[in-house]
Amino acid sequence: MRRSGRTGREEPAMPKYLLLKHYNGGPEPAGFPPMSEWTPDEITAHIKFQQDTGRMLTESGEFVDAQAASPDGAWVRYGGPDSAPVVIDGPFPETKELIAGWFLIDVESERRAYEVAAHVSSAPGPGGKPIYEWIEVRPLLTAPPTVE
Amino acid sequence: VTQATEDLLRDAARQVLGALVRRGADFAAAEDAVQEALLEANLRWPQTGTPAQPTAWLTTVARHKLVDAQRADAARRQRERLVAAEPPAGPTEQGDDTLLLLFLCCHPALSPTAAVPLTLRAVGGLTTRQISAAYLLPEATIAQRISRAKRVIAEQELNRPGDVSVVLRVLYLIFNEAYTAGASRVDLAVEAIRLTRLLYESCPEPEVGGLLALMLLHHARRFARVDENGMLVPLDEQDRSKWDRPMIAEGVRVLTAALAHDRHGEYQAQAAVAALHDDAASAEETDWPQILAWYDELVDLTGNPLAELSRAVAVGEVAGPLAGLRSVDAAQQRLPDYPRLLAVRAHLHSRAGDNARAAELFALAARRAPSTAERDHLLKRAAQARLAVTRASS
Repeated sequence: MRRSGRTGREEPAMPKYLLLKHYNGGPEPAGFPPMSEWTPDEITAHIKFQQDTGRMLTESGEFVDAQAASPDGAWVRYGGPDSAPVVIDGPFPETKELIAGWFLIDVESERRAYEVAAHVSSAPGPGGKPIYEWIEVRPLLTAPPTVE
Repeated sequence: VTQATEDLLRDAARQVLGALVRRGADFAAAEDAVQEALLEANLRWPQTGTPAQPTAWLTTVARHKLVDAQRADAARRQRERLVAAEPPAGPTEQGDDTLLLLFLCCHPALSPTAAVPLTLRAVGGLTTRQISAAYLLPEATIAQRISRAKRVIAEQELNRPGDVSVVLRVLYLIFNEAYTAGASRVDLAVEAIRLTRLLYESCPEPEVGGLLALMLLHHARRFARVDENGMLVPLDEQDRSKWDRPMIAEGVRVLTAALAHDRHGEYQAQAAVAALHDDAASAEETDWPQILAWYDELVDLTGNPLAELSRAVAVGEVAGPLAGLRSVDAAQQRLPDYPRLLAVRAHLHSRAGDNARAAELFALAARRAPSTAERDHLLKRAAQARLAVTRASS
């Protein structure tokens, strides 16, 4: 769409962004200990933060989806004709690349997506301090514009 | 509920809301009441059959809902009695009501993300569920956007006249970002045309005709725009026998009437370009000099660098691809990081016969494409260009 001739940038009015939470991954390690080493209260505070964030996004009319993914999983591929799928069980050593979960949001601008990502990254960790987790922000591809 | 009943219901919903608001009912409360009445009709009519006077039925139910909601609110009761005492609206008043509703829903204080769902519900008569399905969003998110939008409107001074250009922008958005995927029964392009028709019937502004024409002239090509695999088919490769001729004829009529006012605007100019494409019996017969003239006017009217980019394609057709590329260079200064610019550049290199460069740029453009349909199309163009390079060298 052409949001406006003034900005000269073409962004859909309702773009969706995937905020990927990588377990300790990113341009540089955030450097917090794994959750298994946190105190129960620290874990509770962290989970509550995720819930609150979901509620906040629903109230602002920006929420699409939020999920957490189990670290256990498998790599699967086609095994060839008449063969069973090839399955390699996880968890895998390269946990840095592990996707822990995501928020899917529908916001007015890329700037707003970054704002939400920064908020997600401020989730409390050990000692109640923000974990400064890196969030990968990926715009979802949209429908093509109707006007050619 | 059958399609005919649904259409009837939705028209009635808008009229009832318009009448309630015009007679002083609070917009947010009245909109809720009409929405509830609409849901009740959807629930009941399949069993009882459509009432003989659907609008009257909906009015009565909506008024009851409104009274229910406001029963606790003594201050509003007096106003409510006034509402109930008013005579029904005539056709002209209905047109004015539609305009009033559109001005409210497309208030400049609202962002498009708020104005779009509110307009579709309050004026379009769609339910929150239908809107959320059309935009692939949770129902709660759309409901929240609508209630927030209504709060924003409640805070505005509503004594100023509305801004038609903002209404047109919102309707254009609904049309241009029309998702067709998913199980949604709602076709947003059709909704946008329906809403723009309503505006057209109540507002003589030539740009309204321009936008309606633009929509019709594009929508007429909808069956030729994608192939059986869902791939985009560019204009010059479309099967023109699939174009909707009656719709094109209507678009041209509406556009001609708008242009006769001699107050051109961006929608009229874009519609004129679309009309010239639609008018060509084959891609080779396209009147590019006229299209270029309209793009010149569009650039003058808007100063929009996106218009300059579209103009560059026309320059490429009229003065040759190298001239077109020079126009892209000029546009690029104001669109430094614009994804679709690469695609235009690639297209012009391909026209110039430089397939190696075209292949490279099409591949880059595909990486930056904002939609899957465009990405897939650009990947295909890249592959075709590569193939041409291989053939030339063998």
